Amino acid sequence: MLTLARTLLSGAALAALVSTAAAEPKAEVIHWWTSGGESAAVKVFADAFTKAGGTWVDSAVAGGENARSAAINRVIGGNPPTAMQFNTGKQFDDIVAQSLVNDVEDVATEGKWRDFLPKPLLDAVTRDGKIYAIPVNVHGQNWIFTSTKAFETAGVKAPTSLDELVPALDALKAAGITPIAHGGQPWQDGIMFNALLLAKGGQDLYRRVYAEKDAEAVRSDDFRAVAELYGTLRGYVDAGSPGRNWNDATAMLIQGTGGVQFMGDWAKGEVKAAGLTPGKEVGCFIPGNDYMIGGDVFVLARTDDPDQKAAQALLARTMLSPETQVGFSLIKGSVPVRPDVDTAAFDSCGQTGLGLLKDETRQIGNPEMLSSADLVGSVRDVITEYWNSPDMTTDAFVDQFVEALEVAG
Amino acid sequence: MRPRRQIATGTIALLPVWAVVVVAYLGTIAWTVLISFTGSRTLPVYDFVGFAQYERLFGTSRWIVSIGNIATFGVLFIGCCLIIGFLLAVALDQKVRAEGALRTIYLYPYSMSFIVTGLVWQWIMNPELGLQRSLRDAGFESFTFDWAVNRDMAIYAVAVAGIWQASGLVMAILLAGLRGIDQDLWKATKVDGIPTWRVYLSIVLPLLKPMIVTAVVLLSVAVVKAYDLVVALTRGGPGIASEVPAKFVMDNLFERSNIGLATAASTVMLVTVLTALVPWLYAEYFRGAKGHG
Repeated sequence: MLTLARTLLSGAALAALVSTAAAEPKAEVIHWWTSGGESAAVKVFADAFTKAGGTWVDSAVAGGENARSAAINRVIGGNPPTAMQFNTGKQFDDIVAQSLVNDVEDVATEGKWRDFLPKPLLDAVTRDGKIYAIPVNVHGQNWIFTSTKAFETAGVKAPTSLDELVPALDALKAAGITPIAHGGQPWQDGIMFNALLLAKGGQDLYRRVYAEKDAEAVRSDDFRAVAELYGTLRGYVDAGSPGRNWNDATAMLIQGTGGVQFMGDWAKGEVKAAGLTPGKEVGCFIPGNDYMIGGDVFVLARTDDPDQKAAQALLARTMLSPETQVGFSLIKGSVPVRPDVDTAAFDSCGQTGLGLLKDETRQIGNPEMLSSADLVGSVRDVITEYWNSPDMTTDAFVDQFVEALEVAG
Repeated sequence: MRPRRQIATGTIALLPVWAVVVVAYLGTIAWTVLISFTGSRTLPVYDFVGFAQYERLFGTSRWIVSIGNIATFGVLFIGCCLIIGFLLAVALDQKVRAEGALRTIYLYPYSMSFIVTGLVWQWIMNPELGLQRSLRDAGFESFTFDWAVNRDMAIYAVAVAGIWQASGLVMAILLAGLRGIDQDLWKATKVDGIPTWRVYLSIVLPLLKPMIVTAVVLLSVAVVKAYDLVVALTRGGPGIASEVPAKFVMDNLFERSNIGLATAASTVMLVTVLTALVPWLYAEYFRGAKGHG
């Protein structure tokens, strides 16, 4: 009995010794990719990191807000993870300002990130001239998806530009099909409005509103025209739309009971999950001239431990390597952050997105990248109130929009 | 007077409790109030901005709507729960058959979380899936029941779901009270020839006062923290039509990284609750002191 215990003990001691001796870079990563497709995508990162000699410790927390507050709490509590996920934009401004984050400058210079990152993305991860986050993917947020089946039933061509949109919606309505499959949740009301703002108002107006918080831009006739068009679209949704989830709206397109959906390219994940091909059974186009981009980044928590720093550097290198980038985005429905990769495997919607990413003049960040979460939220309250109140005048909408820009700052 | 040592022992035994109360409850409350006077965003910082957050709060239409909604919801929820719960209790108190089964059925909704309650009623009240669709498919073309998606009715939809969930609890509490009433009292009123409804209204109800107070306290707590029911049922929508203060706090605290505004809102909630509570507590203690004279 005693011998057995001794054997077990020495075995345990040996195991402990081996694990210290190996000293593999070990990275604990907090992220919120928990749905089927998302966790398959994050596994691409984990596998690549393991292959490069590291140990990936997965800390998935369901829900973006929950994951971010869990990460921030751990950073403040003095037990930071190696890396944590944020959306591309201003979400990690405060923790950078409080010096709770390590920069990625060394790896970025070595990998020449500045040469290939699209400019809005590069701006979004740079603070005071230093790169503070690893951008891992690009999501386009101003897509309009079209149901091929619904338009066939109605006997009209699916729209491919903003000008063709309203006549096409009228045709669907006449055919008894719900023209816009809309999920009436505040963020989705916002997605639709912002897509129209960029398409009809143009990049300049959009930038003045969200980046410069210019009250004059909001009071302009161009902005009012956007608001009026948005208001008109209320007449094209079904009674069940308030509260509907985005994926249920996408399902309407797949079944042919809904005509078009304003959504980000993650909707393609639903299309693929249904065994269909984006660009075929469910078409896609970007209204207007410009591509509104967002995405995800990983931020490295502050640490002076050389082992952790090595793990962080390895993580940054792995995530941005061309193969990982392609593998990840193919599953996630996004596009890679670097254009210098093999893109043959992407569907036609992805190809459109990749093409737009190569043209610097036709891309701009989503509102989250240009302004604070507070401002985006306050403006969204106003947008959703306007969308749901047919009796609210354009004047009242403009006034409240200006007020939200002023108080949220 | 008790011996000194006994008092000292008691005090020492209570010390941990006091520490928890002072640090964990009062301390965090004080800290929350303090933060509400700062411009904190993602992280708490101490750059004091005076009442700026409060000014912004009361200039935000979503907060104003939230306050109106919680008042509507609170009055309807507490009022209807009390009335329905009382009527159910009285009905069950008539020595009906299968009382145990009925009691379980009425109390059953309370065993469900607000999230489940909200989800169930969301389906029932959704015009495309729920009752409206079924009845229209059955031939009643003009039937309309779309409260969850109708911005004028959404807060009433939340109230209906809440009442359905909590009435059974009030019933259980009041039924226990009714059973505690002396049978001789009923015999006496029979002898005097007082109508039954009159006995319930003028004699039984006053006797049930402690039970009613318990029920009101429990229901009020549910009103103040109303969050999950709204999130599951309407997500505060359509638009901002069914927003409530607790959801405003949560959204600003987490989604919008606006700790300053969120703590200001929760401070206003705290002050409101205290304003309602203090006069009541004072009355209770004041009367109590007089009673013991």
